[in-house]
This record gives sequence, C-alpha cells and structure tokens, in this order.
Amino acid sequence: MFTIISRIFHFGFKNFWRNGWLTTVTVMIMTLALLVFSWLIFFGVVTSRAAASIEDKIDISVYFNTNTSEDEILSIQQSLEGLSQVQSVDYISRDQALAIFKQNHAGDTTITQAVNELDTNPLEASLNIKAKNPSQYGAIADYLNSSDLSQYVDSVSYTQNQSVIDRLAKIVKTVEVGGVIVMIVFALLAGLVVFNTIRLAIYSSREEIGVMRVVGASNALVRGPFVVEGTLCGAIAALLSLIISAPILFAINPYLNIFIPGMDLFQYFLSHIVALFFYILFFGIVLGAASSFVAVRRYLKN
Amino acid sequence: MIVFQGVSKKFNSGDQTALEDVTFEVDPGEFVSLAGRSGAGKSTIIKLLIGEDKPTKGRVFFGQYEVNKLHDKELPAFRRHIGVVFQDFRLLPTKSAYENVAFALEVAGRPQREIEELVPQVLDMVGLADKMKNFPNELSGGERQRVAIARAMIHRPEVVIADEPTGNLDPFHTFEIVKLLEKINELGTTVLLATHDKEVINSLERRVITLDRGRIVRDEKKGKYILV
Repeated sequence: MFTIISRIFHFGFKNFWRNGWLTTVTVMIMTLALLVFSWLIFFGVVTSRAAASIEDKIDISVYFNTNTSEDEILSIQQSLEGLSQVQSVDYISRDQALAIFKQNHAGDTTITQAVNELDTNPLEASLNIKAKNPSQYGAIADYLNSSDLSQYVDSVSYTQNQSVIDRLAKIVKTVEVGGVIVMIVFALLAGLVVFNTIRLAIYSSREEIGVMRVVGASNALVRGPFVVEGTLCGAIAALLSLIISAPILFAINPYLNIFIPGMDLFQYFLSHIVALFFYILFFGIVLGAASSFVAVRRYLKN
Repeated sequence: MIVFQGVSKKFNSGDQTALEDVTFEVDPGEFVSLAGRSGAGKSTIIKLLIGEDKPTKGRVFFGQYEVNKLHDKELPAFRRHIGVVFQDFRLLPTKSAYENVAFALEVAGRPQREIEELVPQVLDMVGLADKMKNFPNELSGGERQRVAIARAMIHRPEVVIADEPTGNLDPFHTFEIVKLLEKINELGTTVLLATHDKEVINSLERRVITLDRGRIVRDEKKGKYILV
C-alpha cells in the first residue's frame, strides 16, 4: 500500500514536471480562476464595508417634550435597549443639546446672541437610536409612537425621514444580496473553466491512460497521479494569484478610499494574508484535485 | 489455458457482426497465430481476451478467470497475467524506455530493488541495453516495439498477446520482432500472435487459426497463410 501511494506521488510530480506546456497552461488558467476567487473575497469585503458605512449613517432620534423628566427618559432608554431590534441608544440631555447647538453655530453671532437672550433652554432632550438592521427602524418607530409614550414624545425623526431610511435600507440589502449572487456566479464560472481545462489536459492523456490500464494499473494508480498533478497546479496557482493581487491592490487602494472613506483594502490584504492564502489554497487544491478526479473517471471503464 | 466457447460479438445494436460462434482452445506453451484480413475479427478476439470488450454471446476463459464476467475493478489484477504488444506500440511518451518497462512492475506493486534488477536484464534481452534512457520519440519503430515487448514480458506473464506487432515495421525489423516472440515462447510463455502478414505466418510453421468475416475457417497445427 505504501509503495503504491509513494508511486502515485512520484508519478504525479514527474508528470507535472515533464508535461511542460500543458502544466504551464493549466497553472495559468487556474491562476486566473483563483484571481477571480480572491477578488471575490475582496469584493465581499468592500461591499460589506460599503453597506456598513451606509448603515452607520442611518439612525432615528426621538425628541421629548420639555416637561418630561430625565428619569422618565432614562427609563424609556432602558426599555428601548431591551428591544431585540435595537443595537444602541444614546441619551442627549437638554443641556448637552444646547451645548452641541452652540458649538455647531459658534461662528454665527446672530444665533449665538439670540440663544443667549433666552431665559430658558428651548431645546428638547433626545435619544439617538441605532437598529441592528436598517429594515428594523419602522418597528422601533412604531414602538415610540405607541400610546404609552405619546405623552412624553414630541416627535420621532423616522417619520420625517422614512422614505430616505427605507431607500438606504433597500440599497444596503441589494448590495449585500447582489454581492453574494455575484460571488456565487463568478466562483461557479471560475470552477467550470478550471474543470474544462483539466478535462482537456486529461483528454490529451487518454491514450496514456489506456496503456496504464492494459499493463494492469489499478484505478487508484491511474487516477492518483492526475489528482496529484491537479493539486500541484492548484497550489502553485494559489501562490501566483496572491503574488499578482498584492501590487494591484496597492495601486487601486487610494482610489477605493475616495468611494468608501476609511477603507484600506491593501491593509486588509496584509493583515489577512495568511488566512487568505489558506482560503485560496484550499479552493485551488479542491478545484484541481476534484476536477482531475472526475475527469479521469470516464477513462477508467474497461 | 485460453478457451473461447461459442463467442459472438456484434456492434451497432446487432447490425455488424465482428465474431460469429467462435470456439477454440490454446494450451500452455503454445505459439498460435490468428490470421485473416483486416476486419476478420483478430483484434476483437484480443479485446475480448484482455477484457477490453465483452462478448454478445458465449464465454471467454483465461486460466481460472471467466473474462466476460470480470468487473472493471477486477481487470487490473487480471491483466497482470497477460503481456500485450500492439501495432502502435502504446508506449508512454513521457517515460523513458527504462521507465516504460519498469511501469508494468510498478503498477503491480513490486519492490524497487527487484525492478532495478529486472528491467536492465529484459532490456538487454531485447537488445536495448544502451537505449534505456531514451524516450519513445528518440527510438526507431523496431526499437519501440522491442521496448513494448520488454514491457509485455517483464512481469513474466503466462501469455504474451501481440496484435499486429509488425504492422508498422519494415521487413528487417519485422523478423527481428518475430524472432523475439519465438524466443519468449521457447522460454515457456504462451504466445498469441494476430497478424495478416503472410511471410511472418509462413516462416513460423506453428499453429494457425484463420478467421474470415468473424468465423474460424481453418485451425491447423502447422499452418500456412491461406485465405478463402
């Protein structure tokens, strides 16, 4: 058994080396396929960051009547935090609201003077609420508009911005779902291209397989070296696709930053390089080995 | 040793008959020529014997094996009892002469030391001791066929089957190959030679089974090449 296994590897390595051009072409096509696969990973990162950055901009604020006490607002904050849809709730007191207002209009003397002349603080305390998912703002707004809270609540920003929030939520969802579909379609295409390339490479070896069968080679010994060759092609293609990706990512990174502020794809690449390599290596090896395994099968009859 | 019992083989859903009720036996140590025109059924007999195809009717025996009942998985082990030589040599182009011959032992799981000892001996026997490292494309037709014969006999099979082994060779190399097959037979191996070469069959003066349109028309102990 050990002898046969060692011979399978020996033949596989030898064929890989001796098939020259065929091996080179297979590795090149697999590299292209794995480049598609690795860029699908980067695309996934970019879309999720883009979606997160849109999501981050969405929140709703609830403004309380000026006669509502802080205790009552804090108790509403607590009840909101207990809702499953809510991710975070920030309390802004009337004093904080005034301070923020003054800070925002520090350069406008007319407004500053007008505010200073007032005896009382006209601004209302508020709660800023972020949902776990943009589609959940409607449910939170409904809770805030319920009759139990109507005596405290003056207004809810969602009611004014409902159409914008809903549209943003739809965009986030479309980006996420679209990203997954694009990834699946391209991964399948890349897989099919590789499978057909390996199928053609093995087709060119069909006579060789016939000879192996005639001299009494078992199915494992016929198939094994092709699987080893496919695995080697996949592993080398994985390495090449990472080496090719690095300078491209470095070059496009500044432009990407313009569209998605704070997005550093090259840094992401560097910090995840080991995991990325193993993902791509796994995909490459599985693709190479499985394609070879399946492609040889039709020649193993008789 | 080899028994064909009422074997028929039809192709294209029964439209074409390759063999019709063929019955014969080959004893151990015999040298038997299968003679006949192209399409007479010689290659079909060989394909059925090595399990590359199955008969439409009848049974094919090789030793204890009923070949027509063997499953795909059983064929490799069965084929290690037989050495086959083809007209087109069927050598592995990416392997040297040495590696092509060694391959037949490697697939049988024979130890490396035995392979290193046996392969040079057999290549020497077929006169290719100095061309062991050459690849098939660096050898002449006659040399390639000698490599194929060396590969066929390296694992000491009970029978060597040669399907038109001289079809691609000039007269000089043809007789070289025939002599080699006779030598193998003298060493005790049964030889089954399929050929349409009149000169080869007549020079052998051994048993000849003549086929015509899938039927056996003559089976003589010391036969000549006579077509109907």
